[in-house]
Amino acid sequence: MKKIQILGSGCKKCQTLYEQAQAVADALGIEYEMVKVTDIKEITAFGVMMTPALAVDGEVKVSGKIPKPDELKKYLS
Amino acid sequence: MDWKKEWKPLAWIVGGFVLCYYLPVDWLRGLERLQNAVWESLYLVRWYAREHVLLCLVPAFFIAGAVGVFVSQASVMKYLGARANKVLAYGVASVSGAILAVCSCTILPLFAGIYRMGAGLGPACAFLYSGPAINILAVILTARILGPELGIARAIGAVLFSIIIGLCMHLLFRHEELEKNPANMAMPEPEVTRPLWQNAVYFAAMVGILVFANWGRPSSETGLWHSIYASKWMITAGFAALLGLILVRWFQLRWWKIALAALPVALLALAFPETPGIAFVVGILELSFILQTEGEEMREWFDVSWGFAKQILPLLLIGVVIAGALLGQPGSEGLIPSEWVARSVGGNSLSANLFASVAGAFMYFATLTEVPILEGLLGSGMGKGPALALLLAGPALSLPNMLVIRSVMGTKKTLAFVTLVVIMATASGLIFGTFWG
Repeated sequence: MKKIQILGSGCKKCQTLYEQAQAVADALGIEYEMVKVTDIKEITAFGVMMTPALAVDGEVKVSGKIPKPDELKKYLS
Repeated sequence: MDWKKEWKPLAWIVGGFVLCYYLPVDWLRGLERLQNAVWESLYLVRWYAREHVLLCLVPAFFIAGAVGVFVSQASVMKYLGARANKVLAYGVASVSGAILAVCSCTILPLFAGIYRMGAGLGPACAFLYSGPAINILAVILTARILGPELGIARAIGAVLFSIIIGLCMHLLFRHEELEKNPANMAMPEPEVTRPLWQNAVYFAAMVGILVFANWGRPSSETGLWHSIYASKWMITAGFAALLGLILVRWFQLRWWKIALAALPVALLALAFPETPGIAFVVGILELSFILQTEGEEMREWFDVSWGFAKQILPLLLIGVVIAGALLGQPGSEGLIPSEWVARSVGGNSLSANLFASVAGAFMYFATLTEVPILEGLLGSGMGKGPALALLLAGPALSLPNMLVIRSVMGTKKTLAFVTLVVIMATASGLIFGTFWG
């Protein structure tokens, strides 16, 4: 079970990242739980300043941009 | 029925019903002011669409998109990190909003990050104050619609006073030890693909297109400004050619695509010299098309630009409609009588500046809508000093973002910051109004 967290205060890009990550995870067929982290204190606790960001099992993989689908695949599999 | 859950919708419905029941339709119908407001807002929307969208906003979106894609934000952030030089950090924080804060939703996480993991309270506050005022779209739009003086004053005022505010915050709270944040800054690796000077020339070419395509007709028929005006489309075409050349040389676009795109633009420009807008629109469309078909980097540039357009244009349109309905076009009245505006924020008194700052600090402005609203206020008799005060305090603070700031640095510091912002915005307004009002 992977824990996928999308970090961002709720702007457009975070929403896009959420949808894309969901699509990639579904396509990979992995078991996952996906959460949006919108609280700014929690986001900083990850060490992230530039949103949107993606964390898998508590580890930040990308910050400040929406990764390309093949990058996403790499992080999620 | 679960009253605890349902009382809110019930209250809305009952309230709505009562409002409709007593709706003074006859009275409203007789109100000339209300009808006027509708026409005023339609005229204003048309004026925006004709004057500002094609030549100004569209290129501005491309520039903002390019900033988002080609300027390495990580390379700027290293100057705001925990081990950064303190003096340098203030300087960088005060100006970095220009490239870090293209979208207003990115400002608060960056602020929280700089405060808790990076250079600390002072630089974080400097960044928070100047960011929204000097981002590239805000500067372009302010200068274009409210005039170059206010545009420049806004940028300079924001940068200078952000440093003062940052330093004040640092001094006020210098004895407080910040709980150390265990997390390290997670920063994307800076990707360097081309030297800085190439990026600089590339941005200069785009800014050149923007500036000269919008060159206004000067009042006199002679002199340098007039000769620039007379040949503004030649100069714009020159910058466009330069941009094309840069894209081929440094961005690996195929030359025949650019050549093929330039040909119809040149022909249209020669065929319809009276309406250069046609050639301009065709050029933009072709560029958009080429960017779609030429590699990852170019597609990303287009995508980010399009993202800004999608996000900002509707907000701006709504802002223009509301500003038009409330305040009318410059020189005429909307719903709010000009007298009221002139009485509360006219001239350049201390009270007018203070009122504008306080109102701006609490009011929420969606991205860039402060510009049409200010235009309406100026047209209704607002002084230039108070206008600057509102421009400085407005986008930096609003009631919702005060709540977020409070959750990051606590009530005491938030109150101090809000007070400082109001004082500094008032002071900037007074100074500007005295010398240029």
